[in-house]
Amino acid sequence: MAELSASGWPRRGLRLPGRAAFFRGAGTLAQTALVLLVVSIVSFLFLKASPGDPVALMLGSDYSKESYDQLYRQLGLDRPLPLQYLQWLGRFVQGDWGRSYISGQDIFEMAVLQALPVTLTLAALSLLIALLVGIPLGVLAAVRRNSWIDMLASAVAIGGNAFPSFYLGVLLIWWFGVALEWFPTMGFVAPWQDLRAGLWHLVLPALTLGAWYVGLIAATTRSSLLEVLQQPYMTAARARGEPAWRVVWVHGMRNVLMPLVTVIGLQLGGMLRGGVMTEVVFTLPGLGMMITTAVQTREYIVVQAGIMITALLFISVNFIVDRTYTVLDPRLRRHGR
Amino acid sequence: MAADPLLLGTAVAPARPRLARLQSTLRALLAQRKAAVGGAIVLLFVVAAIFASQLAPYPPTEQNLADAMQGPSAAHWLGTDSFGQDILSRLLYGARSALWIGFASVALGLAVGVPLGLIAGLRGGRTEWLIMRIVDGLLAFPELIMAMAFMAVLGLGMGNVVYALALSFVGPFARTVRADVLQVKARPFVEAARLMGVPAREIVLRHVLPNVASPILIQAGMRVSIAILLGSGLSFLGLGVVPPTPDWGLMIAEGRGFISMAPWMSGMPGLALALLLVGLNLFAEGLRDALDPRTR
Repeated sequence: MAELSASGWPRRGLRLPGRAAFFRGAGTLAQTALVLLVVSIVSFLFLKASPGDPVALMLGSDYSKESYDQLYRQLGLDRPLPLQYLQWLGRFVQGDWGRSYISGQDIFEMAVLQALPVTLTLAALSLLIALLVGIPLGVLAAVRRNSWIDMLASAVAIGGNAFPSFYLGVLLIWWFGVALEWFPTMGFVAPWQDLRAGLWHLVLPALTLGAWYVGLIAATTRSSLLEVLQQPYMTAARARGEPAWRVVWVHGMRNVLMPLVTVIGLQLGGMLRGGVMTEVVFTLPGLGMMITTAVQTREYIVVQAGIMITALLFISVNFIVDRTYTVLDPRLRRHGR
Repeated sequence: MAADPLLLGTAVAPARPRLARLQSTLRALLAQRKAAVGGAIVLLFVVAAIFASQLAPYPPTEQNLADAMQGPSAAHWLGTDSFGQDILSRLLYGARSALWIGFASVALGLAVGVPLGLIAGLRGGRTEWLIMRIVDGLLAFPELIMAMAFMAVLGLGMGNVVYALALSFVGPFARTVRADVLQVKARPFVEAARLMGVPAREIVLRHVLPNVASPILIQAGMRVSIAILLGSGLSFLGLGVVPPTPDWGLMIAEGRGFISMAPWMSGMPGLALALLLVGLNLFAEGLRDALDPRTR
């Protein structure tokens, strides 16, 4: 993007040769830090804006004025807002996220140690399925353009968009869970405790969430591969007598990876959205389930933890995607990104 | 968002100009057809929503427990649910809430996001920095999570669903508009207008806004289907529209427990939702083809 002068109009010819890479690297970090700051302020304000009195909630139905005042001061609620924010942030960073009013459980433990691994496992498996199906589908669609497989790929893309996870999940439960009884329809078994049962329970949820991604990945693979196939070096590779599979899968795919990573990163919001619904449909105890339950029971402090953790997840994945570019494309390394 | 069969055809570099012209004409035609088919589907739902009270064979919330969970029949074309409510009637009324949530939230998101993006892009400097940092922060929250948190604070109900979704659209709209404004601002005709002494207001309204309108329209078109998907998703989670309002997401959630006995309870509203989403996506893609010269 063009650098801007004080008046806001683009200033031409402003370049930072040599040290540009360093400045941009530091710039990304600073930008991420700023985003984190805004995110934390919004999350803090969320809890402040939520209805209900936390002191009354913690004390239960029966309490005296003295114990109320004491807890009020103890929680630091008598202090000015910026101070309360800093106090909250300090505790948050240390992993002291408070306790659930309902179950009495430590919220850090609940969110990070119990719910997060479930969500991550589901997301990873779904992405794996989507890549394993989507990439070959896209490649075939590009190589056999306008064939039935090409039509299939675009049908999958349209269908993936039209069937939201909460509907597809219900359909898969109906067909493969209830009618055919092939797979369990609910509950979670940790794959790191019991691999077989764990994966077995995750088949339908991962299919549900992955299905949405398949069409997207296939379409991206197809369109970028079609573009690459036109390039002179592809003709050169063919002219050298390299086998067709090598031309497509080695020379071609190298160039498809970049747009693929971009799309996966861009659609992370969709992944999280689908993940929440999938978890609820299959009653998987992940972050989505945790937040949904917390909103229903009006446990704002747990909702807040959920907001923070999903935002952090979002930011870090975007950061990783950004870094991945330099790994995938050597041309970006010299100039930095 | 999403898969786009559109990106598909764009990569071919035509060998001969005549072939190229033929190809681009064909593609434009195809785009028209796509928009037409999508538009027809959407129109069908709009008609259903407007005339729901005339079209529906039964009142949408009329319960008749004697007729509960009946399959599709002459009396109840799409069957009945566990309260004996007619599913077709509820679907027709449900189209109202779905479309209202979709269009109202996008309109509200535009009403806030576009001015923010315009101000950021035109003013530059500290104003831009501040606005964009807030937008970055908003964008760091996944849209559904943000909507859920908003519903938690505001409480349930259709109005709040619209506000929550609109809020999650402000960020993307503002960002798109700002990026386009920065590009347009650097173009010679804007500078020429400035040098000719055209007042700033006039420049914004006559020269900048029309040039950023089509990317916004394309974005808005795509967001309507996302809004409907999120809206029904919120209802499905029990965090959106409240019963007994006829809503597709709620109907799918209700039918979940009866999926082996009465699959039509979840199935029918899900199909309606899928059809509407296909229509909206096709229309939005056709719109993009028609408006975006790059994909033509």
